[in-house]
Amino acid sequence: MEIYQLTAHELKALMERGEVRAVEVVQAFFKRIEQVEDKVKAFITLTPEQALEQARAVDETRREGRDPGCLAGIPIALKDNLCTEGLTTTCGSRILAHWQPPLEATAVSRLRKAGAVILGKLNLDEFAMGTTTQTSAFYPTRNPWDLGRVPGGSSGGPAAAVAAGETPLALGSDTGGSVRQPAAFCGIVGLRPTYGRVSRWGLVALASSMDQIGPLARDVTDCALVLEVIAGRDPLDPTSLPIDPEPYSKALVPQVQGIKVGIPREYLERAEPGVKEGVAQALKRLEELGARCEEISLPHLEPALVAYHIIAAAEASSNLARFDGLNFGLRVSGRDVEEMYCNTRGQGLGPEVKKRLILGTYFLSKGRYQDYYLKAVKIRTLILQDFRKAWERFDLLATPTTPTVALPFREETFPPLENYHSDIFTIPPSLAGLPALSLPCGWSQGLPVGLQLIGKPLQEPLLLQVAYTLEQAIEFRRARPILEVS
Amino acid sequence: MEYEVVIGLEVHVELKTESKAFCSCPTTFGSEPNTNVCPGCLGLPGTLPAINQKMVEYGLKTALALNCTINPYCLFERKHYFYPDLPKGYQISQQTLPLAVNGYLSVYIEGREKKIGINRVHMEEDAGKLLHVGEYTLVDCNRAGVPLLEIVSEPHINSSQEARAYMEKLRTILLYLGVSDCKMEEGSLRCDVNISLRPKGSEASGTRIEIKNLNSFRSLQKALEYEIERQRAILERGGAIEERATMAWDEEREITYPMRTKEESLDYRYFPDPDLLPLVIDPQWIEEIKRELPELPDARCQRFQEQYGLPPYDAGVLTSSKELADYYEGVVSLYPEPKTVSNWIMSEFLRLLNAYNLEPHEAPVSPQKMADLLHLLKKEIISTKIAKQVIEEMFATGKGPEDIVREKGWVQISDVEALEAIVEEVLAAHPKVVEDYRKGKEKALAFLVGQVMKATQGKANPNLVNRLLKEKL
Repeated sequence: MEIYQLTAHELKALMERGEVRAVEVVQAFFKRIEQVEDKVKAFITLTPEQALEQARAVDETRREGRDPGCLAGIPIALKDNLCTEGLTTTCGSRILAHWQPPLEATAVSRLRKAGAVILGKLNLDEFAMGTTTQTSAFYPTRNPWDLGRVPGGSSGGPAAAVAAGETPLALGSDTGGSVRQPAAFCGIVGLRPTYGRVSRWGLVALASSMDQIGPLARDVTDCALVLEVIAGRDPLDPTSLPIDPEPYSKALVPQVQGIKVGIPREYLERAEPGVKEGVAQALKRLEELGARCEEISLPHLEPALVAYHIIAAAEASSNLARFDGLNFGLRVSGRDVEEMYCNTRGQGLGPEVKKRLILGTYFLSKGRYQDYYLKAVKIRTLILQDFRKAWERFDLLATPTTPTVALPFREETFPPLENYHSDIFTIPPSLAGLPALSLPCGWSQGLPVGLQLIGKPLQEPLLLQVAYTLEQAIEFRRARPILEVS
Repeated sequence: MEYEVVIGLEVHVELKTESKAFCSCPTTFGSEPNTNVCPGCLGLPGTLPAINQKMVEYGLKTALALNCTINPYCLFERKHYFYPDLPKGYQISQQTLPLAVNGYLSVYIEGREKKIGINRVHMEEDAGKLLHVGEYTLVDCNRAGVPLLEIVSEPHINSSQEARAYMEKLRTILLYLGVSDCKMEEGSLRCDVNISLRPKGSEASGTRIEIKNLNSFRSLQKALEYEIERQRAILERGGAIEERATMAWDEEREITYPMRTKEESLDYRYFPDPDLLPLVIDPQWIEEIKRELPELPDARCQRFQEQYGLPPYDAGVLTSSKELADYYEGVVSLYPEPKTVSNWIMSEFLRLLNAYNLEPHEAPVSPQKMADLLHLLKKEIISTKIAKQVIEEMFATGKGPEDIVREKGWVQISDVEALEAIVEEVLAAHPKVVEDYRKGKEKALAFLVGQVMKATQGKANPNLVNRLLKEKL
């Protein structure tokens, strides 16, 4: 087996036993990147020199007998909306094409401290607005399983890079499903932690009330490994929860006996037959393993989608007001400051972003606020109530991650409505701030099908344990897309 | 027709917290441009605000001192507009649920108390500053993110005089609380006014005009006087006031002029800041702050009248600033004749403070030195006239009164024999006046006293001189 095919915990074990050095690991991944990146186009920026330097430092530390950290020498790549100090952070937008932040995301500095080696920055939908990675101002990323299909989005770069073996780990961000949906499309594991579990400092905001940073990896153990490093209170983010992370990866035991899993009827019914079948199979397997699966109704699925788009657009229109050409980023001059604003935003932002900013501005404007924004907030409360009621009977909920498998590429300025529906199952937990995870659980049309597990607030340990148990049972883990090496 | 003037004030107070409202940058005034900045207050992507506890504490202090009701929880909201001094494209402010509502403060106009309602007190962040240099405009973000309190009065103010009194009272309270420097010239206390006129007795409100850019108490009063007359003239000739206009005050020409009309006013699109959770104010915290509130101007003024037997006017002047009141009490504790101390402070001391442009606590004459001076006067070592010269010297040199009196040889002459000789000389030199006095012209005595004082360079004990003259005559 090649190095690039191994998971992070396997690499960790090899390095700890001294069987392979960090430098070799990093070199192996850059070699893989060289071979497949032309096809996948997952990266925006690669940092081979810095990565090798970091890897050498790890090897040196280990040689001296000092502790190099729990992710020492393990490569990771970052979605390009995570600020990296001094390293270009584009958000997939022309307006930030050359921006080098003077700050670093807390999650990233925690990874560095744990010894993780950063390979580069990954492609995304512009400002994380999209479900296909096609709205990136630079180029679309391809799905390694079928280059004619999208990898999902907005963390399409991270999902595709992990699936293609360009990195064992990636960090993404999930607002309405941006980690889970691409993870499902690319046949990998993606975790959205409880809102507040991971500091948002340094994550360029899309919708602040829902944004969460989460890991993408080949298996559940790797996700747990990353989570235990990046989680925990951060004074720089007042919405981060004052709860210390636990050693999630060590607590993974294959045991689901007696765990009560709710299956929201409305979700399953809305999925295409192949996805429905794949998920049903996985749930059957879960029952065989001892879990108690039962149907439940979560009625506010369609309203959730609408509420999400209103809240997300409203918050985004506010969060992106700072891109005015003044203190940072692109500036396109004009005769006066008004014209400079228009030129900068007009040329710096892409059509999907503009559309959402216009909508968000509308939703917050006088006379519309009550009709749109406030109504959406009320729907959000209904969704919270749905979940609260479900937790009286169940430990976990299970749904398909997406209604379809990976969608085919389409060259259109504005994507079809179908693309917006691609997040419909991942949105309700986002609105409710719940932890949720997408696990590859089967196949449809030769493409991966994702199972979404939704947990109670801060119940990541149970979520990971059930996912781990199922993962061991369904043996999807070793499946890899066949990419012709150039 | 007679008109009623209706005025409401919106006051912005910069809080003197050490760090900014939502980041840890210092709030120092007058630093090099863009040196008190960080990614947070520059609005860089990826940054998040964290609430400064001190700002909330100062806000609570102020709200309680203004007799407001504290909302059990309040919201920070975003107020959106594009302007180069606003790095994030929105200001973090409060709209729907402010920190506190429904208070009042009392002003005294010609001895009569008037309560002016406070509509709300809310917290927000300041914007940066624009510097116009030739054809360029530069942005200085040092002030961006400095915590502000906005204090909005009810439209209970009916004259320019009341407006000024309100503003002065508010400033005094803020200074007593120690929450702001209140330096209008540096912009740490700013005020906008809304003013309208309506026929006396009418309930309908008139067309409101906003005046901005009022940088001193004087310009506040002048601008209002000007605007009241301007509006009265328009109404009297049957004209209409401009709808929702904003005027600025021109300090030089002493006129108001239109800035921009509110017709093109912005939709600020307020909504709760999703980066900041609703702020829940612990009732225990409120109680704690209430307990620790200092004695406020009205209470102190009352106490000065009761404890020291001062007339209301004296008590009012002395408590108009915390430093002055502290100074007064400092002197009285060392020289327990409250009215004498009050007289000296309100006349000589305040005159010299003004002349030297000093605050009471900066005066070279400490309460101890002031008390020493009054003791010299009481023991008749110096006369009142000399005492006035001594305090001048004390301000000029910073020396103590004894030293000055000794160095200058200003000790009062109370030696009977020495004075008798001088009295004899004066009588001998002015036989005509002596005669006038003996014929019953009382005024002649004053002239003779003056001559003796002149001969002694003012050092003669005036009571003694009087007695001796009367004896000889």
